[in-house]
Amino acid sequence: MGNVGAKDVPVLLSPEGLRLDGRRLDELRPIRIEAGTLHQADGSAFVEWGQNKVMAAVYGPREVHPRHLQQNHKAVIQCKYNMAAFAVDERKRPGLDRRSQEISKVIAEAFESVVFAEEFPRTSIDVYIEVLQANAGTRCAGLVAASVALADAGIPMVDLVPAVAVGKVAGQICLDLKKEEDNFGEADLPMALVPQSGRLVLLQMEGHMTEEELGRSLDLGVKGCREIYDRMKAALRERYALTPVAGGAA
Amino acid sequence: MTEEVVAEILTTHILDLAADGRRLDGRGPDEYRPITTEPGFVSTADGSALIRLGQTRVLAGIKLEPGKPFPDTPNAGVLTTNAELIPLSSPTFEPGPPQPGAIEVSRVVDRAIRAAETIDLTRLCVTPGEKTWVCYVDVHVLEHAGNLIDASLLAAVTALSNATVPAKRFEVASEDYPLDVLHVPIECTFVRLGDTIMVDPTFEEEHAAQGRLTVATDETGRVVAMQKGLVGAFSPDDVKAVARRAFAHGERLRSLVKGGRS
Repeated sequence: MGNVGAKDVPVLLSPEGLRLDGRRLDELRPIRIEAGTLHQADGSAFVEWGQNKVMAAVYGPREVHPRHLQQNHKAVIQCKYNMAAFAVDERKRPGLDRRSQEISKVIAEAFESVVFAEEFPRTSIDVYIEVLQANAGTRCAGLVAASVALADAGIPMVDLVPAVAVGKVAGQICLDLKKEEDNFGEADLPMALVPQSGRLVLLQMEGHMTEEELGRSLDLGVKGCREIYDRMKAALRERYALTPVAGGAA
Repeated sequence: MTEEVVAEILTTHILDLAADGRRLDGRGPDEYRPITTEPGFVSTADGSALIRLGQTRVLAGIKLEPGKPFPDTPNAGVLTTNAELIPLSSPTFEPGPPQPGAIEVSRVVDRAIRAAETIDLTRLCVTPGEKTWVCYVDVHVLEHAGNLIDASLLAAVTALSNATVPAKRFEVASEDYPLDVLHVPIECTFVRLGDTIMVDPTFEEEHAAQGRLTVATDETGRVVAMQKGLVGAFSPDDVKAVARRAFAHGERLRSLVKGGRS
């Protein structure tokens, strides 16, 4: 998408049905989650997901800034998604742009659906997501990092919120697009799941797919989210294990 | 900005210890926290480095793009340094436009890079008056546990030393080539705690400090930049003593930059 008229369109799917990096259609990129990586924050996580590197920190519940956003009956959840200038090929001008403001908003709303905000009236739970290196799927990686950071901060929640993007690449529905697939594919559909309820709290879509393809995409995304959910829980278990868990977390 | 909260009793304790030349974390007055460098941390950058100075963590990324030279320097490339003190890195940072603290870090780091002639700007020029490389040094503070200036410059020069000019991608030349680093400036920051002047302050020590002094030196024995910050004062003899210490530390820290080239 967004690359109509690009000069070099790569071959996205091999005749054997394998993707650019050799993955099958329903395979995730390698993902590594580290909970509690920062010392200053109340909760934090670092996520390396394919070529993405994303750090998230949570501060709070704490005083609300600016004050007028304060709510008498619950905590406000403020999210700031930001991308480092050097995280993409073309240097990104530092500071807020419309894209990051929109992403911040939908991520904050996803968390508002799971956090027991009414337990902390007149406070703010601040979620910061920093994309240090980007290669498609940064909002999902950011959401995963932030969700682990919220848990690391001890914020009571219904559940963790795993996220993944599904897309359509060379006519096939694929899990977890990388940059070339995102740029030259036909559709991109990021989603975030609450595994306990099976409901989606973030859903966006751009491109084109049929109703049948949409159905399959949603099913594939939910499956991907459940895989990521296990990784998130493992990262938290590892962080809070009293003794190092043999062979990584269970 | 949220108020920096450091308990009064902790500040008093830091000053009491300093009177005996001791510090909260057991270091001596002239001792840095452990430093690790990770060059090439970000593959999307043309050069990068992650620096850990104790718990302080700073990531610097270099981006080079073709652009136009300034009219008054038609034969020179353009160098821009920008530091982001993102709210992720400290409970005291707020989102929004850069605070004076971030601007000071950017400017002090930029000054050292420029004054030391770290990179030869004339070699960045492609066509005089028309086309030149613009070199962006972006410093991203990930965790603020004190002494951002030293960590930021160390990250910036390490990133510059492993940077590649993306000449092929921008069709300026047929091959990419390494960015030439001529000089390596190192900044050393000291704080006054009572009568003792301590190197490499932590966040709590900066809060307790009665003045901060940064001295940048290069490998040829020049002082290339200085900055006095925070409320407090130094005598000329203090400044001389600090400069002497800055040269000694500079030499050691510079070897981390050189060793960092991968």
